[in-house]
Amino acid sequence: MTLADAGLRPRGARRSLPPPASEPPAERARAPGHARVVVALIGLGALIAVAALASLALGSVRIPLAEVAAVLTGGEASREAWSTIVMDVRLPRTITAALAGAGLGVAGLGLQTLFRNPLAEPFVLGISAGASLGVAVVVLAVGTVGSTTLVAGLSALGSMGVASAAALGAGLVTALVLAVSRRVSSPATLLIIGLMVGYAVNALVTLLLQAGLGELSRVRAYIQWGFGSFDGTTWSQLQVLVPLVLVGLAVTWALTKALNALLLGDRYAASMGLAVRRTRTAIIGTSAVLAGAITAFCGPIAFIGIATPHLARGLLRTSDHRVLVPATALGGAVVGLGAGLVAGLPGSEQTLPLNAVTSLLGAPIVIMVLLRLRRSGQAVAA
Amino acid sequence: MSPTADAHRDQGTLAPATWTVPPLAATALSVGYRRRRRRRDTVVLAEQDLALPRGALTVLLGPNGSGKTTLLRTLVGMQPALAGTVALEGEPLERFSARERARRIAVVLTDPVDAGLLRVVDLVALGRHPRTRWDGRLTAQDHHVVAWALDAVGVGHLAHRPVPELSDGERQRVLIARALAQEPIVLLLDEPVAYVDVARRVDLLGLLRDLAHECGLSVLVTTHDVDLALRATDHVWLLMPDDEDGPARLRAGAPEDLALEGAVGAAFGTQTTTFDLTAGGFRTTSPPLARVRLHGTGAGAAWTERALRREGLDLADPGAPAAATVTVSEQPRRHWRLDAVEWSSDHDSLASLTATLRRLVPHLLTGAASPEDAQHHGLPQR
Repeated sequence: MTLADAGLRPRGARRSLPPPASEPPAERARAPGHARVVVALIGLGALIAVAALASLALGSVRIPLAEVAAVLTGGEASREAWSTIVMDVRLPRTITAALAGAGLGVAGLGLQTLFRNPLAEPFVLGISAGASLGVAVVVLAVGTVGSTTLVAGLSALGSMGVASAAALGAGLVTALVLAVSRRVSSPATLLIIGLMVGYAVNALVTLLLQAGLGELSRVRAYIQWGFGSFDGTTWSQLQVLVPLVLVGLAVTWALTKALNALLLGDRYAASMGLAVRRTRTAIIGTSAVLAGAITAFCGPIAFIGIATPHLARGLLRTSDHRVLVPATALGGAVVGLGAGLVAGLPGSEQTLPLNAVTSLLGAPIVIMVLLRLRRSGQAVAA
Repeated sequence: MSPTADAHRDQGTLAPATWTVPPLAATALSVGYRRRRRRRDTVVLAEQDLALPRGALTVLLGPNGSGKTTLLRTLVGMQPALAGTVALEGEPLERFSARERARRIAVVLTDPVDAGLLRVVDLVALGRHPRTRWDGRLTAQDHHVVAWALDAVGVGHLAHRPVPELSDGERQRVLIARALAQEPIVLLLDEPVAYVDVARRVDLLGLLRDLAHECGLSVLVTTHDVDLALRATDHVWLLMPDDEDGPARLRAGAPEDLALEGAVGAAFGTQTTTFDLTAGGFRTTSPPLARVRLHGTGAGAAWTERALRREGLDLADPGAPAAATVTVSEQPRRHWRLDAVEWSSDHDSLASLTATLRRLVPHLLTGAASPEDAQHHGLPQR
């Protein structure tokens, strides 16, 4: 029996039970940041459209937008070569760039929140190192056995073989990290273990590189893969990449509630009914699928995974994943398309290493965003 | 949301099943840490029966290291019990899913909360986690409860402020609001007043007591602040550490009963301090350097006594010999007169009085204490 039941109110009584559901609900106040979120998401969508069109129209050959539109709507361009370029080269490239950017960004967001570390990204867990090892084995080791030329070595397995090797390597390292994560409760410890696995795997790659020095063309091929590129993905490869990335994005979207709960730390999340370990496995697994698939086809692309979540937070000024996940996906697509455009050096036959473009152009932008946020310290804390 | 879903959501809210079953109880509960490899477990508390009273504020009081946090974690299922059972509304705690448990028990932990760019209202809304559907979307009812929780702890005006801008006291209230948003029947708080100043401690505990009384909540708060616990709570669970490093004992009762029975003094007293039953506070047990007679009344005399005790002096009983006499006069302005053998001085502040006493004490020692005592206390000798 409480005081309230006895009809007595304690001194200073001014509170009551939460009203029952039958009562008319309080006016639902629109959050002050709501307009910002809507504008930002629409703006990012528009940017994607513009960047995608530019990516289709620009390149070594410039194709008028009207012709691009004609090809996309199922018609024929006025020159037959243009149809081929748009459909078989630039459209796959554009889709790859957008999906890779979105996937890497969202994977980075999930890991930054899981580890509560602003520097976390898909590759710190050794996922990229695993992929690199897989590719190094195929390009450097397998190639040296039997076949004498790089072309022969690669064609034996095909480009799909390189992708499979990368995916296999990434998957093995992820499985190792996940196995360890069952025994570790501290996110920081797990992060360091991931870094250590990455170092160890990279050391194996270095050993393979040294062994392959006799075959400089192979070493060059491996380094070329390490530059990263959205070019060269074919429709058949997209049939693998697109579903994997879309599944990864969808799973992360389904994890928004869990990610939000994790903002307060593992213990609070558990106290609110979250299965923390299962969530951790889901986040790491999803990030590995996203990063592994993208790395397999595009090479290890730095920067997008770590930077896009910060850009999204700076743009939306919130840590709420219900808007951060879509904003990071859209922002990542914009970054991917933009970087692909610049790396393609429109109007020339040359291309730049994608990794150089993402980092050189992106780093100053991220630094600017962080400096503009008054409380950058808190802002980067996932 | 459908009516049936609403009905489902209402299960486990503040409506009690029966009034006779304690909301949270423990039977023969042993608490501590398991050791690996046959080493003896560290037992903090052994075979303890507990029942948390409904609609009341209970304080789990104990000195540093007595196992308050360990017991609290075991009670909410964040840490397995060594033996015995914890029952939530009469049902063993393990039978509840994490989500069902989170609808009944909410916690405020000592874990630092770095909510990044979340606003207060967003953080409190995270408390709806165990009551929202898979995507975390908030219904009108959810918004309603969040607004209620904010008002209940008196931070409604901070709703749209970023969490990092809050003071420690405000943040603590926001975290309590987050816990209330879970609509629990049991609320457990670990050291909620640790970083809050004395006046706000009393406020905060008063708030928790009001919530307990008015909402039928069972609130358990751990603290080592004896004074606060004795002042502002309904029940005290007193953890009494064992002298031989064995498991602690737990005494439950009204705060005043525990003080009168000497349990508080036994739990907290050290070799150099003891609990003063009459004053309701701790004081040093070192032998007094000298005894001083104090003339005066009211606040002036009370604070003068504190100043004298701080200097290691005790008050002389009426009629007993005294080494010096201090007279507090309130007119025309408060001032102090100090009379001793071959000494007489006037002081306009306690600082000045105590400074003089400090120089004088070695000369006064002949009266109440021996020179050996003076040496023992490191006082200057002449």
